[in-house]
Amino acid sequence: MDMSQYLEIFIEESKEHLQSLNQSLLQLEKNPGDRSMINEIFRVAHTIKGMAGTMGFNKMAKLTHDMENVLHALRNDELEVSPELVDILFKCLDALESYTANIVETGSEGDRDSEELSGILSGLLSSKSTPKDQEQPGTVAPPAAETGHGIVSDIELDQYETNIIDKATELGNDVWQITVRLNKGCLLKSARAFIIFKTLERHSEIIKSVPPVQDIEDEKFDFEFTVIVLTKEDAETIKKDLNSIAEVDEVIMKLVRERSKAAASVQTEEIPVSEQLQVTGDHKQAAAAGQDRNDSAAKKTKTGKTVRVDIDRLDVLLNLVSELIIQKTRLEGLEGIERTQQYTEVIEYLERITTSLHDAVMKVRMVPVENVFNRFPRMIRDISRELGKEVELEMSGVDTELDRTVIDEIGDPLIHLLRNACDHGIESREERRKLGKPECGKIELKAYQDGNNVVIEIGDDGQGINVEKVRQKIVERGLVSKDIAANLSKKDLIEYLFKPSFSTADKVTDISGRGVGLDVVKTKIEALGGTVEVETEPGKGSRFYIRLPLTLAIIQALLVMIGDEKYAIQLGSVHKIINITPGDIKTVQKQEVVMYRNSVIPIVRLREALEVPGESSADQKVMTLVIVKKGERLTGFIVDRIIGQQEIVQKSLGKYLAGTKVITSATILGDGNVALILDVNALAN
Amino acid sequence: MEVQNTTETRKYLVFRLENDEFGIEIDKISTIIEKDMNITRVPKQPAFVKGVINLRGEIIPVLSLRLKFGLSDDVYDENTRIIIIKLEDLTVGLIVDSVAEVVELDDETTESISNIAGEKSLEYLKGVGKLNGRIITLLDLEKVVIPEEAAT
Repeated sequence: MDMSQYLEIFIEESKEHLQSLNQSLLQLEKNPGDRSMINEIFRVAHTIKGMAGTMGFNKMAKLTHDMENVLHALRNDELEVSPELVDILFKCLDALESYTANIVETGSEGDRDSEELSGILSGLLSSKSTPKDQEQPGTVAPPAAETGHGIVSDIELDQYETNIIDKATELGNDVWQITVRLNKGCLLKSARAFIIFKTLERHSEIIKSVPPVQDIEDEKFDFEFTVIVLTKEDAETIKKDLNSIAEVDEVIMKLVRERSKAAASVQTEEIPVSEQLQVTGDHKQAAAAGQDRNDSAAKKTKTGKTVRVDIDRLDVLLNLVSELIIQKTRLEGLEGIERTQQYTEVIEYLERITTSLHDAVMKVRMVPVENVFNRFPRMIRDISRELGKEVELEMSGVDTELDRTVIDEIGDPLIHLLRNACDHGIESREERRKLGKPECGKIELKAYQDGNNVVIEIGDDGQGINVEKVRQKIVERGLVSKDIAANLSKKDLIEYLFKPSFSTADKVTDISGRGVGLDVVKTKIEALGGTVEVETEPGKGSRFYIRLPLTLAIIQALLVMIGDEKYAIQLGSVHKIINITPGDIKTVQKQEVVMYRNSVIPIVRLREALEVPGESSADQKVMTLVIVKKGERLTGFIVDRIIGQQEIVQKSLGKYLAGTKVITSATILGDGNVALILDVNALAN
Repeated sequence: MEVQNTTETRKYLVFRLENDEFGIEIDKISTIIEKDMNITRVPKQPAFVKGVINLRGEIIPVLSLRLKFGLSDDVYDENTRIIIIKLEDLTVGLIVDSVAEVVELDDETTESISNIAGEKSLEYLKGVGKLNGRIITLLDLEKVVIPEEAAT
């Protein structure tokens, strides 16, 4: 059967499940006694097993099957949740993720084998407290024990199954234990068993089977098996039907529990413990009966609420809306049209509609930061282990939404900052003890909306940034002279951290300290139209503030004229526009500057910087200076003329020109011409 | 009767620069437009990168093949065309003097470059096609359009 059409769905859902597994495992690690987590993990592993099996991904199916065995043992308190066990489960999760990654890339699981993991899992099982049958490493499930001849031992029920029985009896079901013995001459046992199961399902619901269904299907049983069923019908009918099946020798029915007139208590029932009948293997029926019902109920409500949309379709939608806005702007600017009242009304209404449409489409592209944040707890856990430190990550505001394109890009910078916090920020346990801090370091990751921006904060309670060390380093590196360095403020010094190849770490650890990190973080964030700032206090900790614009593509811009060319500057960067005379321009150390509010700011002649053709009018009495703010720094840009303020749609320059330095992107003006959007940050340097 | 030749034939769009004819494979061509719009200059580019244009809402860089091949600058007239080509995820427009026709050349009639003396266009050649006495220089688009050349 060609499963390739389902591959996409498989990948999507696998990713979701693996993510859910990740979170559950983390939770379990924190609360080893949390039964609901174990159940949840079991359920997800089971689902993945089913999916993988259907798609023919046998390695994944096998691994999840082995995981199930262990989880099942956990459920039955036959194994304890130990740190080693959780570690193994995490390793299994990693293996599953790498299989999935392989599938995404190549469509197949790849060559990697999980024999070792399966072996370890089996090893765990064989160390269980209750006596077990022999295991071979790598076998799918341990072979089930048999009952004694002529005696029907009762099946042991665990808490979970007992709960199901409770529920079932409340709902008016009787609970029967039915043992079916096949004729010794029966050849196709599994086929016969299949018929028996089908027959039973007509009358009842099978919640458990010993040996497990899988084993019965594989004919791993002698000539008898036992099931626990829930039924509202009377036993005679069922018995008669079963007996009428060929090759069935004997049908023994035992009432486990009668339907309740009132709630019956659990403990008083006789459910003798059988040594020989072990409850192992998968609980397909039980899990299916209980969980899948819940699942499908939950899924039904879910499918009503969300729709999966291809990102490309969203992009098409956004493009169309952008086009609409451009045309609307053109319409507003058209000459030769009589602007009657009606015309103005229509234009205004059009304006409102396009704005609403734009907002609505942008909202569709908004994705909660949770998508990016959710892998961080695991990452911090791994890093802190690696570093031998104790670090806790506290996240808040995960519902805060960002545009899809920002979400894609923000992950790496955040990872780097978090790693930095672990590596450089949080001190070792001993140090923290000495300083009187709690041994466990804390990293706070917050996201929230602030006006037109989304702010992401990463704060740690570590040692803070050693500003003096920075001062030392920059002198050492020859970046500034000693005197100048002495006069640099804390803020200035911190700025240096964001410069390329700067690092105050004495050693390059595997995690950070190569000094390439912070400048990349800054560049990436600024490329998204955002800013990054940091506050720090020695001994107390540091806090990074990342500010990102809520919406990307449409920005407010200042249009300027330089020579015959139009350029746009992001209005958010513009601090002030002033007029200056040639006389105001001084030269300090080969840099042209002007005085502005009692400080000296550098200026850039854009005509030259952009190599605009044509001659500038020689005797300009008055020049227009656009003062741009970047963090705390001000820079003045000389332009020929201000055209005005305009809302523009940012459009990419395309791959060919992607490397262009002084231009970030372009826009299409109302007249259909292209205007380039200046990268003021690049020009300021 | 001719022997049925089993060699591949390819279709090429033939265009003119100065007095020479060039060909590019048509499967890379997205569209051909007239130059009836302004080209916005992009600063700090090699001379042959003329700038960008707005093509139905998409920003597309345009290159002057004349300048790239060492000829004099373009003079736009009613024959000037911009050939929009698409290579994987790279879309670029090429300014040419005029566009002629689409021809079919099979591998036999295309010769690989041997001894064409000192033309700057040499590096970009895939071969030479001969058709009815015409010589059509076949361009290797991948060599003509290399992003790293632009902007440093």
